[in-house]
Amino acid sequence: MAEAAQHLSGTGPATLIGVQGTVLEALPEGALWWEGERLLAVADLHLEKGSSFARRGQMLPPYDTVETLSRLALLIRRFNPATVVALGDSFHDDGGAGRMTPRDRAALVDLQRGRNWIWIAGNHDPKAPAGLDGDCLDMLTLGSIRFRHEPSATPSDGEIAGHLHPAARVAGRGKSVRRPCFVGDGTRLVLPAFGAYAGGLNVLDRAFAGLFARPFRAFVLGKDRVYAVARTVLRHG
Amino acid sequence: MSLRRASRAVAPPLPAPFADWFAARGWAPRPHQLELLAKTQAGHSTLLIAPTGAGKTLAGFLPSLIALHERPKKAPIGGRGIHTLYISPLKALAVDIARNLGGPVAEMGLPVRLETRTGDTPVHKRQRQKLKPPDILLTTPEQAALLLSAPDAERFFADLDTVILDELHSLVVSKRGDLLSLDLARLRTLRPGLKAIGLSATVAEPDDLRGWLVGQSPDKPAPEKPALSDLVVVRGGAKPDISILASDERVPWAGHSARYAFADIYDRIATHQLALLFVNTRSQAEMVFQELWRINNRDLPIALHHGSLDATQRRKVEAAMAAGQLRAVVCTSTLDLGIDWGDVDLVINIGAPKGASRLAQRIGRANHRLDEPSKAILVPANRFEVMECQAALDANYLGAQDTPAIRPGALDVLAQHILGMACARPFDADALYRETISAYPYRGLDRETFDKAVDFVATGGYALRTYERFARIRKGPDGLWRITHPRVAQQYRLNVGTIIEAPLLNVRLTRSRRAVVAARGGRVLGKIEESFIEALAPGDTFLFAGLILRFEGLFENEVIATRTADDTPKIPIYAGGKFPLSTYLAAGVRAMLADEGKWTVLPDQVSDWLRIQKERSVLPRADQLLVETFPRGNRHYLVAYPFEGRLAHQTLGMLLTRRLERARLRPTGFVATDYSLGVWGLGDLGQAFADGKPTIAELFDEDMLGDDLDAWMAESYLLKRMFRNCALISGLIEKRHPGKEKSGRQVTVSSDLIYDVLRKHEPDHILIKATWADASSGLLDIGRVSDMLARIKGRIVLKRLDRISPLAVPVMLEIGKESIVGEAHEDVLREAADDLVRDAMGNG
Repeated sequence: MAEAAQHLSGTGPATLIGVQGTVLEALPEGALWWEGERLLAVADLHLEKGSSFARRGQMLPPYDTVETLSRLALLIRRFNPATVVALGDSFHDDGGAGRMTPRDRAALVDLQRGRNWIWIAGNHDPKAPAGLDGDCLDMLTLGSIRFRHEPSATPSDGEIAGHLHPAARVAGRGKSVRRPCFVGDGTRLVLPAFGAYAGGLNVLDRAFAGLFARPFRAFVLGKDRVYAVARTVLRHG
Repeated sequence: MSLRRASRAVAPPLPAPFADWFAARGWAPRPHQLELLAKTQAGHSTLLIAPTGAGKTLAGFLPSLIALHERPKKAPIGGRGIHTLYISPLKALAVDIARNLGGPVAEMGLPVRLETRTGDTPVHKRQRQKLKPPDILLTTPEQAALLLSAPDAERFFADLDTVILDELHSLVVSKRGDLLSLDLARLRTLRPGLKAIGLSATVAEPDDLRGWLVGQSPDKPAPEKPALSDLVVVRGGAKPDISILASDERVPWAGHSARYAFADIYDRIATHQLALLFVNTRSQAEMVFQELWRINNRDLPIALHHGSLDATQRRKVEAAMAAGQLRAVVCTSTLDLGIDWGDVDLVINIGAPKGASRLAQRIGRANHRLDEPSKAILVPANRFEVMECQAALDANYLGAQDTPAIRPGALDVLAQHILGMACARPFDADALYRETISAYPYRGLDRETFDKAVDFVATGGYALRTYERFARIRKGPDGLWRITHPRVAQQYRLNVGTIIEAPLLNVRLTRSRRAVVAARGGRVLGKIEESFIEALAPGDTFLFAGLILRFEGLFENEVIATRTADDTPKIPIYAGGKFPLSTYLAAGVRAMLADEGKWTVLPDQVSDWLRIQKERSVLPRADQLLVETFPRGNRHYLVAYPFEGRLAHQTLGMLLTRRLERARLRPTGFVATDYSLGVWGLGDLGQAFADGKPTIAELFDEDMLGDDLDAWMAESYLLKRMFRNCALISGLIEKRHPGKEKSGRQVTVSSDLIYDVLRKHEPDHILIKATWADASSGLLDIGRVSDMLARIKGRIVLKRLDRISPLAVPVMLEIGKESIVGEAHEDVLREAADDLVRDAMGNG
């Protein structure tokens, strides 16, 4: 269930999401905050996606890593988490960590200092990022919550995953707006992609079919708050 | 001077087969055909300006046909390359010309091989054309770019003598024209004596086109006057017979439907053989078609033709037209260009033509014979349009033209071209720069910007130079730039061209409503813009392909629709279908408004309207801007009448709203039409201006184009859309990958994200600059806003009224009908979330 409450450090009203009885806060930046564990989770950073494309001749601006890390840095400064969980596809490809500029690498090392850092293995980055600290796991279990990269294909209680890059299109007044979102039904949750170059997949896409046993809700990222939106007002595209 | 001598040159008599061919038909070559022949034979590039029906095509080809007839029969060892390259903006036109030219060539028994090469040409034929080139190749700008980027380009064009550029007036004002100008420059490098023949409709500035046809001096500083080609002008034939539809019905205040006139229009169709009904948008075409069939009690064969319809359906309509089986076709600009579709004896233009040149083109569709007058009827959809139609009518009689001026060549196009040239052969940057600035649109390009474009092609040109090792082109020790991998050429070939379609979805008609998920089979009716569908909910109805359809859902990349008995559909709003009012016509309307003497030609209901406006408020002089304020309901309104076209007004509306917000006047919305714009808010605007907080002059100060514009542009989805085009054209992102076609929607998402990141981290990057340049002239029409603000400085007439003025009625009626410009943002989310709360509380 979504409830509105004022979060001390945020700007807008906080949006709380329950997953198997654990209350978590969905942040408008696209990250998940678990106050009880002082844990910050982000999915699909896709660091070095720009240089990954450049390798193949598409010279995307080389600023995605610095952009993603600086967004992450803001959250880490605000919450000072004990643990950061990167839910997989943290690097766009296996060579990504090796292509970081020294400056970006230093910034990342700085963020990791003084806290637990978990790299969940993703399909883009099945191996631990070369030369970086942090524990590399396929799955992390904390109480009734399981963090993994790819959502299990069938309803799976207590699972928090990424991979799908959920986005929602909400229509009204003859217009529509498309934004990244969390999507969940109270038993499980999928996080939006956090990376600056990570696109979104509409939650009405077939890829989401079958994940939820109950009607799901989209928790849509607004400017300074997250909006809980019912399935019925969502649109394709 | 050589120019004058050339224009007096007398053509030699035509060779026997040609003279005989004309004689056998009882024809004589027309003077302009002979004049063009003489100039071409003297080695001059020439622009031929002629109205439709003047035998432009034959004139253009005659020099080549004669040259081919006269050259030695025996080909040299190693064969011959292409003699003449014909380039047209339309694939269909190239095919049509090949067919029309094939007749005379066969009848005269000329030893000429004539072939087309378009995107539809099968691979085996293309390969054969490379090995055994035809004498005359008819193709499109994109295919020409591809041919020039091939490593064998030098050999392929080794014998090229003449380039014929058809419909040049329509090509030169687009990015396709920019690309073509660069290709023409390369052709001139390969063949220094190359002759270019431009075929064009009447244009405002023939010198622009004449300059476009020939190489400009690459020496800096560039000479003041550009080099020009020769010119042959055919004066218009019989004056067209144009009238404004006289109707006993009341002309509405606002709207674009012209519904009041349909009965009169139907009567005109019934008394003519074949009428073309031109409308300005595809949605309007759908609506007019639907309404005409509703009153079609005589069952006249009336058809529909617009760019979103399935190609086979369009071909069917075209064939039926040519066969004389139709009485009327409702169409958009897809039928504007020079294809001859049969014996049209009446052109009806519904809505205002928006530009005098466009009107002339459309009217040219009727009676494709030079000496008979074309007959056309203008149907204004509202009272302002009555004035606009009258202005257009005056313009046509005056022979005035308002084709847009040629803009400086686009940088994204230059980037694409540089890569293409690297694919052809290693290039020297100095030489390529000189070649580039010899192209008319790029003659003012500075070296620094050119080098930035090269750098962009190589590594993306970012200040953070991390991509050197991935470079696509690299300068070798010999000083030449070459591609680093064959894959680069492959990617170039797949992404060539400048036509970026809005993401489109197939519309598939199925029978069953429930079968959305399994919907396969069923007829594809055509394509519709994705953005339109995004605002539809399943169950909504819309007009498409002449049918009222019910939207069932989206299945993969297809819109699944069923038929419905509903007779009040939501009408599709297609992007890009609306032309802004041309500057020239705008001036005409302003002048008419100011001059009571000109009102006599207007229908009584329109002149009465203006008279009452004069009593209740004021009519501005032609050089003034009228701004009215008045309260209505619990809001305060500002209505301004710049007559600068909808796009410029939208931009102005955005900027005014921002300023009013800063002045704490709490604006809540605005609406723009082609003629005026209305802004409303909670604060008393009239009082605020009276108190000078702010003054009206401050509100309309030119400095709004600075920070306000910057701030708005940062967020505007329009900019993102334009950035996407620039990114695709420049090769930053790919249209498609070898083997796997990316769908339009995926590209949209990523280019938006790229734009955000690039704008934040490197705001003066070459692609951001290219995007800005597009915005200034394109969707935002900033250039026009800027000209207007300068023009009206010190000439604003402010009228504070206590109620709405007659002139304000049209724009006020658009409120609520026209969607307010801008993006849906947080409000939509907030409301959707509120719905949820209401639902949850059980009182929704």
